[in-house]
Amino acid sequence: MKHTLSVLVQDEAGVLSRISGLFARRGFNIASLAVGPAEQIGVSRITMVVQGDNRTIEQLTKQLYKLVNILNVQDVTNIPSVERELMLIKIQVNSQNRIEALEIVKIFRANVVDIAEDLIIVEVTGDPGKIVAIEQLLTKFGIIEIARTGKISLVRTSKINTEYLKDKVVAYNA
Amino acid sequence: MLSKQIIGSEKTGRFALLDSIVRHGVIHIFGYPGGAILPIYDELYAWEELSLIKNILVRHEQGASHAADAYSRSTGKVGVCFATSGPGATNLVSGIATAHIDSVPILAITGQVGRPFIGTDAFQEVDIFGITLPIVKHSYVVRDPRDMSRIVAEAFYICKHGRPGPVLIDVPKDVGLEKFNYFSVEPGQVKIPGCRPLSNLKSRQILMAAKMIQQSSQPLLYIGGGAIISDAHSIIKELVDLYKIPVTTTLMGKGIFNEDSEFCLGMLGMHGTAYANFAVSECDLLIALGARFDDRVTGKLDEFACNAQVIHVDIDPAEVGKNRIPQVAIVGDVTEVVTSLLNLLKNNFKPYPEQIISWQERIHRWRQQYPLLVPKKSTSISPQEILVTTNQLAQDAYFTTDVGQHQMWSAQFLKVKSKHWISSAGLGTMGYGLPAAIGAQVAHPNELVICVSGDSSFQMNMQELGTIAQYKLPIKIVIINNRWQGMVRQWQQAFYGERYSHSRMTEGAPNFQKLAEAFGIKAFTVNNRQNMESSLKDAMKYPGPVLLDCQVTENENCYPMVAPGKSNAQMIGIAKPQRGTASNYVSRNI
Repeated sequence: MKHTLSVLVQDEAGVLSRISGLFARRGFNIASLAVGPAEQIGVSRITMVVQGDNRTIEQLTKQLYKLVNILNVQDVTNIPSVERELMLIKIQVNSQNRIEALEIVKIFRANVVDIAEDLIIVEVTGDPGKIVAIEQLLTKFGIIEIARTGKISLVRTSKINTEYLKDKVVAYNA
Repeated sequence: MLSKQIIGSEKTGRFALLDSIVRHGVIHIFGYPGGAILPIYDELYAWEELSLIKNILVRHEQGASHAADAYSRSTGKVGVCFATSGPGATNLVSGIATAHIDSVPILAITGQVGRPFIGTDAFQEVDIFGITLPIVKHSYVVRDPRDMSRIVAEAFYICKHGRPGPVLIDVPKDVGLEKFNYFSVEPGQVKIPGCRPLSNLKSRQILMAAKMIQQSSQPLLYIGGGAIISDAHSIIKELVDLYKIPVTTTLMGKGIFNEDSEFCLGMLGMHGTAYANFAVSECDLLIALGARFDDRVTGKLDEFACNAQVIHVDIDPAEVGKNRIPQVAIVGDVTEVVTSLLNLLKNNFKPYPEQIISWQERIHRWRQQYPLLVPKKSTSISPQEILVTTNQLAQDAYFTTDVGQHQMWSAQFLKVKSKHWISSAGLGTMGYGLPAAIGAQVAHPNELVICVSGDSSFQMNMQELGTIAQYKLPIKIVIINNRWQGMVRQWQQAFYGERYSHSRMTEGAPNFQKLAEAFGIKAFTVNNRQNMESSLKDAMKYPGPVLLDCQVTENENCYPMVAPGKSNAQMIGIAKPQRGTASNYVSRNI
């Protein structure tokens, strides 16, 4: 199962090397990793998606805590949280199918950020499900290039699980 | 220069470095100068003139790292070693890795090319920070001399905090030379957010552990290096005195409990005693104190203590549940945990449940049936005989070992006190023993230090004889010389169809006696039973360093042995001596 870890680290030289070295040496699989400055000066937040069962993740968390630069490790997989990812996708279009492509972009509330004779770049943000969905729909046009940030996430202070609520509403309407 | 805190005074980076390490109580360092660390060695010259610190000049940087490691193991203090950039720094790597896997607090300080040259592939430039990342607890590159004192203070703190380990500080040449307004940082003045305070002991878990101990009829203490680091010998003795729980130790835990006691089963695992391995296979409660269920201890993990519930006490949360999921996990310092456990037991439970008597009797029977054997042949002396005799002559000595058969025999036959057993366990670093003896002897100038080595291991760092000669360190070196890489030969014999690929060391072997004499070190060759005891006696009495080249039976094997992938109960080489041939063996109980 995939777990999402939100990790706060001291922003010092070598901290990413230490983390990636730990993953490599102990054989943990990393699916995505996003790093950026956090709310405090000198502290970065790393959001990582890791493949593994509960015991693997527990061992990984303990190993991460042994690194002196690591301030906090939180497994947010089962905590209501906002998850977002940004994807830039370059697809091939022609005069016949451009409209259809733009239609899809509009439905997903994505943006076209560059347009040329036969290529467009689409910028899409959303939870990982949405990213996968639009990528699948755009495949038929011919994907030239993809760049993704990796997932970032913050815990919802409201503690409300919107995914869970959506299911409830669907069930109610049915 | 030292006593008062320095608040704002024009100093250099190298002054800050030495001032800071001296403030942390360092009086000995082990090192070797070179280009990039020359400014620091120049500063050292002045500090040595004032007798504030002393550098022990080794003959190879690997020796410096092992000496610092043994200095630390035998005292509990942080061992410090210096090396220059490039090859000097890379020569420390085996020593840092040895300290890392055995949780030894050492501080390695390396010179580095000047800041403008970093990343330019300059002469003797190597990314030692990057190279050592997986084998240090933490590491620093000092990019600004203003950080020096804080970094040193942090390094000492991190070395010793929680589970100890090595820390590396890389100092670019020009950082040592730069002048700045120096404020000294006192020990303990640092705050490191990443070093979390150790968790409070959970009374519920202690209570559960106490109940399990009381209900158990076949308990066993399995004690590792964590207990040695925690100085837990007296509290463990109290626990065993009250509750009569037998004790088995790992290679790292050796010496934590009186090895002459009837409750001490010696070492367990691959070359452990038969009775320790039977006890661990049959126990119903395994109390692991500062041990990590290493593969050399457990053998086949699924069958290790498979009838037992497990209480696991360790200061490192990552060790708890890593290899074996315990029924009760207690994260904390061994002494603290055992103290509170003992208080609870004393107040609420009656000591010495009757069922334990039959458990003791069973263990006693195993001990009688499967003792450790000392082979006695008429033609040659056995390694075991030498070790037994050495130990009789030197009961309070510090013993360092190298790696291989002689190390396992030493673990089986030598009886040592806590912190007097200094051996590379986790990494198994051949060449460790001789420089380690230097570290131990420098730390304990008036104690007897004995290095038990093998002919092959000894040759890996034999240049350190020069260091021993220079400082007149009265180390006694006992080389168990069987003209083989003995453990490699034993494995090739047992598991590789007797194809002895590159394990024979006869050709090219030095005359060890002449070698030592070339360094001005007294030496004897021991090759028969008649001169064995007298030579050993003479060596122990001699006030200076002595080397004994003990030429022993070539093809002696180390038993018992658990084959890799087998369970501990399936040992080979434990057959009882036959009645008729008993004269060839002398049984010896630990």
